Amino acid sequence: MLLDCSGTHRLRAIFLAYYPWGSAVTAVLPRVPLAEGRRRRAPARGLGAAVVLLLAALLGSVLIGGLESSLADVWHALATPDGSVADVAIRELRWPRTLNGLVVGACLGIAGCLTQAHTRNPIADPGLLGIYSGAALAIVTGSLLGGAALEAPGPQAVLAFVGAVAASALVFAVGSASRHGVTTVTLVLAGAAVTALAGGLVSVIVLSNDAALDTLRFWQLGSIAVRGGMIPGVLPFLVVGLLLAALNIGSLNALALGEETAASLGVDVRRSRTVGVAAIAVLAAVAVTLAGPIAFAGLLVPHLARRLVGLDYRWQVPCSAVLGAAVLLLADTAGRVVARPGELPVGVLLAVIGGPFFIHLARRRKLVSL
Amino acid sequence: MSATVTSPRPRLRPRVLRAGQVSFVLRPRVLLVGLLAVAVLLLAVLAHLMFAGRPLSLGDVLRGLATPAGTPPRLTLQVQEFRLPRTVAGALAGACLAVSGALTQNVARNPLATPEILGVTSGASLGAVSVLVLAGGGAGGLSGVAAALGLPLAAAAGAVLFGGTVFLLAFRRSQDLLDSNRMVLVGLGATAVATSLVTWMLTLGDVSNAAQALTWMSGSLNGRDWDAVIPVVAVALPLLLLSAMAGRWLLLGSFDDNTARSLGLPLRVTRPALLLLAVLLAAAGTVLAGPVAFVALVCPLAARHVTGAVVPPLGVTALLGAAFVVVADLVAGFLLPHALPVGVLTTVLGAPVLIALVLRSQRRTS
Amino acid sequence: MTHSILAAERLSLGFEGRTVVEELSLQFEQGSVTTIIGPNGCGKSTLLKGLSRLLKPTAGRVLLEGRDVLSFSQRELARRVAVLPQTPQAPSGLTVTELVTRGRHPRQKWYQQFSAGDEAAVVAALAATDITDLADMALDDLSGGQRQRAWISLALAQESDILLLDEPTTYLDLAHQVEVLELVRRLNRELGRTVVMVLHDISLAARYSDRIVALRGGRVEAQGEPVDVVTPELLWSVFGLRAQVVPEPSEGRPHVIPLGAGADDASRLGAA
Repeated sequence: MLLDCSGTHRLRAIFLAYYPWGSAVTAVLPRVPLAEGRRRRAPARGLGAAVVLLLAALLGSVLIGGLESSLADVWHALATPDGSVADVAIRELRWPRTLNGLVVGACLGIAGCLTQAHTRNPIADPGLLGIYSGAALAIVTGSLLGGAALEAPGPQAVLAFVGAVAASALVFAVGSASRHGVTTVTLVLAGAAVTALAGGLVSVIVLSNDAALDTLRFWQLGSIAVRGGMIPGVLPFLVVGLLLAALNIGSLNALALGEETAASLGVDVRRSRTVGVAAIAVLAAVAVTLAGPIAFAGLLVPHLARRLVGLDYRWQVPCSAVLGAAVLLLADTAGRVVARPGELPVGVLLAVIGGPFFIHLARRRKLVSL
Repeated sequence: MSATVTSPRPRLRPRVLRAGQVSFVLRPRVLLVGLLAVAVLLLAVLAHLMFAGRPLSLGDVLRGLATPAGTPPRLTLQVQEFRLPRTVAGALAGACLAVSGALTQNVARNPLATPEILGVTSGASLGAVSVLVLAGGGAGGLSGVAAALGLPLAAAAGAVLFGGTVFLLAFRRSQDLLDSNRMVLVGLGATAVATSLVTWMLTLGDVSNAAQALTWMSGSLNGRDWDAVIPVVAVALPLLLLSAMAGRWLLLGSFDDNTARSLGLPLRVTRPALLLLAVLLAAAGTVLAGPVAFVALVCPLAARHVTGAVVPPLGVTALLGAAFVVVADLVAGFLLPHALPVGVLTTVLGAPVLIALVLRSQRRTS
Repeated sequence: MTHSILAAERLSLGFEGRTVVEELSLQFEQGSVTTIIGPNGCGKSTLLKGLSRLLKPTAGRVLLEGRDVLSFSQRELARRVAVLPQTPQAPSGLTVTELVTRGRHPRQKWYQQFSAGDEAAVVAALAATDITDLADMALDDLSGGQRQRAWISLALAQESDILLLDEPTTYLDLAHQVEVLELVRRLNRELGRTVVMVLHDISLAARYSDRIVALRGGRVEAQGEPVDVVTPELLWSVFGLRAQVVPEPSEGRPHVIPLGAGADDASRLGAA
């Protein structure tokens, strides 16, 4: 499938809208020749552009907010804090939030990329494996059974993590129950079924218990703000997830050619799928724990990554991580800017802007199919 | 790939009825299943009327419907004004959603496609939730017909707006054709937008509004009366009839584009027409009962499986959909210890059926 | 002089901004068998799609029976032209008979769903490609070659005057390849059908066609009788293939013998 640089123009436009120094960055964006049927992509340049975008997003996220800050303020707050209001705003609020967004975005990006790879479906996202419904079910069950004690952010995070991982384990188990083991079809189906069942159970609980509904409706929004302090707790899982993803990259390019071809190239399909699903589950669970469900990111980011660096998974996965973080931080910052003095939830902004952008991509040029 | 020896498909050969110039193909199994489905639907409807609330006997229900001389007016009221609208709404919603699902699966060329991907259901949810949350419970304090219609109208507006937008955006002017893949992608984008807005709206207002909204979004037949149902019936029945006629485009439409056109199917016309029908039917179904999950997904697959046909026969599909929703509403609304919206039960029943069906068909082809 | 039943007039075809066929003019006489040959990507399939209106021309036009092909309705076109596309896809679960029956669609109405004539056509089509005993089997269960014969039957069941076949012999073993081409010849000689096909085997193309058109880069490099077109010079200029051409024993049609990489220049001149 062919792409040209109109999507890059679009990316540029969005970027420019937010940051005055964007023009410097656009010079670095890869110049892809217009649709002559030629697709020449320099992955390194694409990744480089993504990294630059991320840096800009990081800066923006830290600098922009209720209190305008400058780079000097940031350096001051991080390196030589002295307890002033500006420093506190940065150290206690913006920096953790930015860090949170970085981790969550990267996790969602990688998880989304791997999900689309293993389901061979460009419209798949990690929610397909039951992650979000499982987490939601755990959360509302906790609210139902444990009351207020289990509605604090800390326990909620633990519940979300456990629920997410349990759901994806169930999906994997059901998916491997068929004769062929885990194939793309069985995975998708099992995921759809578990998601639906968990969703049904969630409905039953929240419709009979107002407190649970209250918990759910706010948790559902997704936000990278509140739970900033949780990163040390999920660190081991984060590391495990990243390792698993890294291990999986090698076989993904072969798997993209079809399971039989991959097997003849020496890939252990079963093991590769297991590792892949585990990576997706862990990374997505980490993201859900830190920020609640932000579904659209996992769907959109891999498409953007493919546009920048092409189909080679050795580039696609890292680029998804970088872009995921960048996109999430941008959306979050935008949410803070657009609705001052309040803020628009990052998930909503991501979907409201990302959705039409996705449609635009689908209409103007073909999205890269798998 | 060498030829595997398998016995011929267990399917009755179609019989042909010929008289002069006229000839009709009869599919015995489809007809048989159709008759069975009618019977099941009748039973479901009667059971629903009998048990939706204080249990009535079969005789009472029949008298309430037919109103022979000497029927107490209270019974007539009970059956015809309180219960029948809900039953009819459920059956019609089931039929509309099931047929919409069959049409969507055909146009999207994907057996797992549902009208939800067209953005119709999320658009309807957005409309309904806006009214429920922003106007603050009870459709903004309006009364009578306005209140009864306010919510369905908003839902219908949302459904048609989003569905129509997807429909228009999915056109590919260069090849003058509705692109199935593009439709799915565009629908996905639209759904993401609508869903995120709905999620956000649920946090505005207080919990009771959210609970009302969530109930509607799970697919619910609560409080349906004739004021809300009759307008939709007037729209839905002609749509269903049109679909019945359009059914003959389904088989050819499931071939690849080139083959279908070279065999004389005017894809340029049929595909948008089928898609439009799907959108309108889904809108009608969603207005009647909210987005009842799994009906659109499971019923066409089940119809195909049971009749052994290659494309789901639309009549059977509609009947199965109607029966499914009526039964689910009966169980969810009145037979469980705690009343639940019908959508919860269709999910719980539908998900295992879906898995079973697809695993079965997978096993058969390998 | 027979008139041309199908013609391309300065036809240009392309998609997604690329032009594949440029200003091509060709005429196909009624009752002739024409084979289009050419290297991969030269536009053979695209041309066939353009001739059957599966692709709209970006410039020029296609004439069917003297009328612009765009003026026909889809059904009218399907009654006159049967196309066998390259990678057809049928819904899963379809049996062979059900597939071939679809070929009668252009002639059926809602009250004429399967007349006696339809049935006879289907039976004849199945017999012609020798798959009558596979009639009740599911398409998915057949081998590649059997499936291809089923699709050819579909095109035959349409009983149209013009047959456009895009690589009808790809998956077939040699015996079946010859069988299909003999069938095409029979349809042409006995029923007067006009055939335009794309083949990769140049020798078979030469043997079974009245006319050969060689395409390269979306343009016609040569056209005419096989003995005039299939020459070592053309094989070199169009395909980049060094080969010897000898007349085959039964009809003297040109037969291509590819030479290895180490052939010297003298043999290019086709010593018999």
